[in-house]
Amino acid sequence: MPERKLQYKEELFSTEDPFFTPFEIQMGPQHPSTHGVLKLRLVLEGERIVDCEPEIGFLHRGLEKLAESMSYTQVLPLTDRLDYISAMNNNTGYALAVERLLGIEPPPRGKFLRTMVCELARVASHLLWLATHALDIGAMTVFLYCFREREKILDFFEDICGARLTVSYPKIGGVRLDVEMGTLERIYDFLPEMEKRLEEYEGLLSENRIWLERTRGVGVISAEEAIAYGLTGPSLRGSGVEYDVRKHFPYDAYPDLDFEVPIGKNGDIYDRYLCRLKEMRQSLRIVKQCIEKMPSGPVCAENSPDLDMLISKRAPVAMAKGEIAFIGFPFERVNLVPFGELYSAVEGAKGELGFYIVSDGTGKPYRLHIRAPSFVHISALPKLAKGHFLADLVSIIGTLDIVMGECDR
Amino acid sequence: MTEGLLKEIFENFNQEIFEVGEFRGQLYLILKDRNSIKPLMRFLKERSFNHLQTLTAVDYSQLGRSYRFEVVYQLYSISNRCALRVRVPLKEEENIESIVEEYPSANFFEREVFDLFGIRFTGHPDLKRILLPASWKGHPLRKDYPLEPEEKPEDFLSLKEFKEILATHGIK
Repeated sequence: MPERKLQYKEELFSTEDPFFTPFEIQMGPQHPSTHGVLKLRLVLEGERIVDCEPEIGFLHRGLEKLAESMSYTQVLPLTDRLDYISAMNNNTGYALAVERLLGIEPPPRGKFLRTMVCELARVASHLLWLATHALDIGAMTVFLYCFREREKILDFFEDICGARLTVSYPKIGGVRLDVEMGTLERIYDFLPEMEKRLEEYEGLLSENRIWLERTRGVGVISAEEAIAYGLTGPSLRGSGVEYDVRKHFPYDAYPDLDFEVPIGKNGDIYDRYLCRLKEMRQSLRIVKQCIEKMPSGPVCAENSPDLDMLISKRAPVAMAKGEIAFIGFPFERVNLVPFGELYSAVEGAKGELGFYIVSDGTGKPYRLHIRAPSFVHISALPKLAKGHFLADLVSIIGTLDIVMGECDR
Repeated sequence: MTEGLLKEIFENFNQEIFEVGEFRGQLYLILKDRNSIKPLMRFLKERSFNHLQTLTAVDYSQLGRSYRFEVVYQLYSISNRCALRVRVPLKEEENIESIVEEYPSANFFEREVFDLFGIRFTGHPDLKRILLPASWKGHPLRKDYPLEPEEKPEDFLSLKEFKEILATHGIK
């Protein structure tokens, strides 16, 4: 096996070859393995990819333009629709950016709850990735198993906040609702079971000969190139770069928790697969620590702005309660929100998810830019795919773990 | 790290820097001119700023500044754990040099800025619209672009007529 892989990796094609007869095909946007509406214009020579050009934008909804006409709190439900598989991470990222702008600090229980749901969402997202990635390569059983466990995590979300996918559970200054003790206990009981299930998936795939042949030595990218092409998250760590936003820019409860950042070595599809599996184990570890260390108290900061609550409605309520320090959002030009701009990133399930906010002092963001990991990962797709077989392209798309809702915004 | 770096930047690019500041613990640098962006980026890349976190633009036309756009580069050095933001003011119809050679990940970001703001990047390998179709008119993230179009597409108009017909029969 290794000889064959090496052979076609070293072979170069030249356009001066008289037998070179390239032809162009369009893959997608309805192809099932493109995970949404990604369209690729491919130039093939035989079965080998000579050129690959991604075309995106089929799911563009103008989120950034919409956000400019809404108040800071009204933007929060829009961020659910970015990476709809792990919406908790998007909400946390946006809430964190606005908190840093306003100078709000969530209470400890809010921080721990947010970290817990973020890690559960990461496990759910990685499970969906493993399911579809294995299905693309041809392993049907893993697909069914992964969906079974993902269903349980979504049920937990339903218990916590009433929604399964578009949750809007974290909000500016903490989380929306407190969690019942029974739910926490059920999540705690689920963790050892999930560990066992992970071993099951590994037993099906890690030493499976078909899996090894399809993943080892395919889609290789070196550490320097991976950084240069902007890969982040598990796709970058598979190449052996220890860059994790949770460690480099600590937020929420992560500084208080003990976890490792798994890294790979070879930078191929197999290493990225191992990285994500190890990351799921670390996420379970974080959830366990969160539940054990969960402090009591309020879940949301007192001066947090409510959803859809303007200063004209908020002020009488706050006066009646005797609150002095509160933050409201007037649409007129009043300097309640500080002037300035900031970039704030979180470790989403797919990679570094960043929010760049420019404030002009009013209650609406003057400009909101979203740095979506999938958007950058797709730009690295031609680099990874060139020289591989068409069948390998499907596993390369799978390994980058792209979501088009986030890419097109 | 940051003090030594700033000193080094000032030694090399003293003429080009307009302002250095900090907001919420994040360091930013505003350049006077767009011409020095490429040498500065090459300089920063050599100083281990290898990760381009994001590249975007802001339309400042409603805030009454002397320039219209600002192109923003957010850089991070993974080995030194140090972040820096570079902001370049641009007037209307001005071009800026592309940094795809230094940072290949800037490719899609620059295409996005061109698509949504209409800022042209000279030296970009394939500058064309990315999120919107090639036949689209206007650049949506400019502040003078309306959120709702003045002329509605035909489908919506016929839907409105249909609703009026339904309303005459008492159906809402």
